[in-house]
Amino acid sequence: MSTMPAVVAVHTFREAVRDRVLYNLIIFALMMIGGAILVGEISIGVQQMVIVNLGLSAISIFGIIMAIFIGVGLVHKEMEKRTLYSLLAKPIRRWEFLVGKFAGLLLTLLVNTALMTLGLTAALYYVSRTFERSEVAILVAVYFILLELALITALALFFSCFSSPLLSTLYTLGIYVAGVFALDIKGVGEYTQSPAMAAGARFVYYLLPNFHNFNVIAAAAHGETIPFTLIWHNTLYAALYVILILVAASAVFSGRNLK
Amino acid sequence: MSTHTLKITSHVRSVALAVVAVPLLFVAIAALQARIDVLSAPVTQDKEELVLRSASLLKKLSLGYDPLLADIYWTRAVQYYGTRLQNRSGSFELLAPLLNIAATLDPKLLIVYQFGGIFLSDHPPGGAGRPDLAVELVKRGITANPNEWRLYYNLGFIYYTRLKDYQKASRAFLEGSETPAAPLWMKFMAARVAENGESLETSRFIWAELYDSTKDESVRKTALEHVQELDAEIALKRLNQVSEVYWKKFGRFPTSMQELRSAGLVEGDLNDPAGYPYVMGPNGIPQLDPHSSVKIESQRKP
Amino acid sequence: MTNAAIEIQGLTKDYPVGFWRKRMCRSLDYLTLRVEEGETFGFLGPNGAGKTTTMKLLMGLIFPTAGTARVRGRSIDDVRMHREIGYMPEQPYFYDYLTAGELLEYFARFFGYSAVERRERVTRFLELVGLTTASDVQLRKFSKGMLQRVGIAQAILHDPQVVFLDEPMSGLDPVGRREVRDVILNLKRQGRTVFFSTHILSDAEMLCDRVGVLVGGKLQGVGAPEELVSMEVLGMEILFEVRAGSAPPTSMAERATHTGNRYRIEVAEADLYSALEELRSCEARILSVAPLRPSLEDYFLKLVGREKALQPPTEMSLV
Repeated sequence: MSTMPAVVAVHTFREAVRDRVLYNLIIFALMMIGGAILVGEISIGVQQMVIVNLGLSAISIFGIIMAIFIGVGLVHKEMEKRTLYSLLAKPIRRWEFLVGKFAGLLLTLLVNTALMTLGLTAALYYVSRTFERSEVAILVAVYFILLELALITALALFFSCFSSPLLSTLYTLGIYVAGVFALDIKGVGEYTQSPAMAAGARFVYYLLPNFHNFNVIAAAAHGETIPFTLIWHNTLYAALYVILILVAASAVFSGRNLK
Repeated sequence: MSTHTLKITSHVRSVALAVVAVPLLFVAIAALQARIDVLSAPVTQDKEELVLRSASLLKKLSLGYDPLLADIYWTRAVQYYGTRLQNRSGSFELLAPLLNIAATLDPKLLIVYQFGGIFLSDHPPGGAGRPDLAVELVKRGITANPNEWRLYYNLGFIYYTRLKDYQKASRAFLEGSETPAAPLWMKFMAARVAENGESLETSRFIWAELYDSTKDESVRKTALEHVQELDAEIALKRLNQVSEVYWKKFGRFPTSMQELRSAGLVEGDLNDPAGYPYVMGPNGIPQLDPHSSVKIESQRKP
Repeated sequence: MTNAAIEIQGLTKDYPVGFWRKRMCRSLDYLTLRVEEGETFGFLGPNGAGKTTTMKLLMGLIFPTAGTARVRGRSIDDVRMHREIGYMPEQPYFYDYLTAGELLEYFARFFGYSAVERRERVTRFLELVGLTTASDVQLRKFSKGMLQRVGIAQAILHDPQVVFLDEPMSGLDPVGRREVRDVILNLKRQGRTVFFSTHILSDAEMLCDRVGVLVGGKLQGVGAPEELVSMEVLGMEILFEVRAGSAPPTSMAERATHTGNRYRIEVAEADLYSALEELRSCEARILSVAPLRPSLEDYFLKLVGREKALQPPTEMSLV
């Protein structure tokens, strides 16, 4: 009974794969290697940093684009095309369906990201011919990107339960951008005279998913070690927030009359 | 017909779970976030700024939302200054770049020049100790806003208080006095500074004017400190003169303020701006009470 | 009492309509119905009567404004009920990029079969609906009729006790319809309960133990087809052929319809023998003589007409 989400997840993954979404990998990998060669003119130290910066940023951006574009259709498409009619007649609960869709897209993003990271590592190796300690920082940065993607996927899925893909994209992007600039929102609150505004800004800061938490790209580029406590806390943060969003999505979707 | 009894459908269960779990989760998330903020500060914050130092690049990337981005960078500059001040770590390397980026994105953001003028030029631990960068920043402001008298005032301020270049200070005040809406006293300031150079009263006036003209809390705080300090210095100078009168009269230095009072040379409270009474030091030189919060620059510990 | 396969009590569905979504339109009005185990039940009604709404309510795709329903003793709210039922939606649509075999395999996974069992079932049911050759073709290439067949296959591959089919014959050619009829008869033979909605009244007459007629969201009549229509004889139908070159008797010529040499005429029961005599005298060849009885269709049209007359003209029903 509790394997229902897994069944849906595998199916969602297959759908994403067959949708040719993963073929951007080839383009990205080629871009990476090409970029590495071009940058080869500059001195060694900077070259690595640039590749790491560029690579991690690209992984992040690609991942976010994929998460949003597929995510906003996850539920909406099935409702629109009525494939949900025959599916929900099976012994599967509505929340199990949601969790399965989420897990399926996350799995897709995981595979994507892993392959792109391999490309990045290959480019780095091509340039420096060694593996250095900075690799660990890069892996942590990629892990944090995955946590980010999990949050964005959950958000897109939530909106997909009740609004069109266009609106869902806008809402999800909006929350993402707000979450990136969350620190500045908090800063405005600290700087302002009115205590009401300060409290309001603080409230919004804690409410928003703070995507800046996960941005360690610059640190990775410098090969710094990222403390384990931060890794653990970020993981917990992402997990709790994802659960929150899925619970809300389930509340919305479980009462929805399908057309 | 009855809709009074609520059927416990799966929808009702989901909503009940959401109503209970969502607030609880938000609380847990907020608590986590607070911890994360502490943990990630050394790793994420500073480095972020380094990656996007180029103001012109930023301008292009901002897709036309320059003023908004300027506000963000301005806020970050203030935050940066605030945290550095608290930590007493002393260096304010990123302050000038941050302020310059904000100025590039929105040259009409006057507060940036004023803030930069004061805190870039102020010496550590209160500021970056770089009056040269301060002058550069304020001059940029003047180029973009040639009719803002306050900017000329800021420039004059830096030359007068930090660089001790009275000629340039005077010239700045003079130019400023020629802009529309400039207050009358700017011309007088120009003249006085040119004649007398530095004087306690002029300095006090300049700081007091700064205090009155700004709404920025950190700027007002610094200005007030300086005003109090100068008031104390002026008072001490006068008390010193009284001390000399006493010596002429009685052939010895006074040993306490009370003696001055008994001799009828002063009357009323003799308290510093913080409310502590002035005390008589050795050789009849009046001093501040050591417990007082007011501190004189020359006597301040580095 | 506890043998009911399907028990529906006062099931009602209102939809908000209008620009501000304030007016409510009732698409199903207190439906109360009981279907016994092993029965084949036909759900009839014009377009927009509420048949599909009823099915969607039973499947939990939409939620009732009022009323309850149970299938095999389990509330429609209970997810476990879905193990024992199969459902084929109206004009089914499935995942484009999957093949027929993959789709059935996917759906089979929801029932906990082993891999071997799944494969066996998929093969068996593809064969049952005549899609064996198309099992590796992607569903986006399927015709409407083929999709209907996949729809049936996915509805029954887990051997459910109660099968719900929404317009299973629609869009099928006569061969397809015959195949669906056979599937339903087969299910009937296996003792399963079949609940299907249809427009095609002759199919309903032939297959169903009982029918229910839904018009404007209200159940108008329930019963065995023979009970619903009266046994009254309305007249006699004669089919005959005239000899090449000759014409039918003048008294009949206007009233008869013909194609080529074959003629059809309806006469009152009392006039049967005189009509036959007339035909014999002009040497026509009698092909058949049959009584005319009211059909389910007449009953149906009568119900619809009556309901339409009762309804205020502005009310609008949704499916």
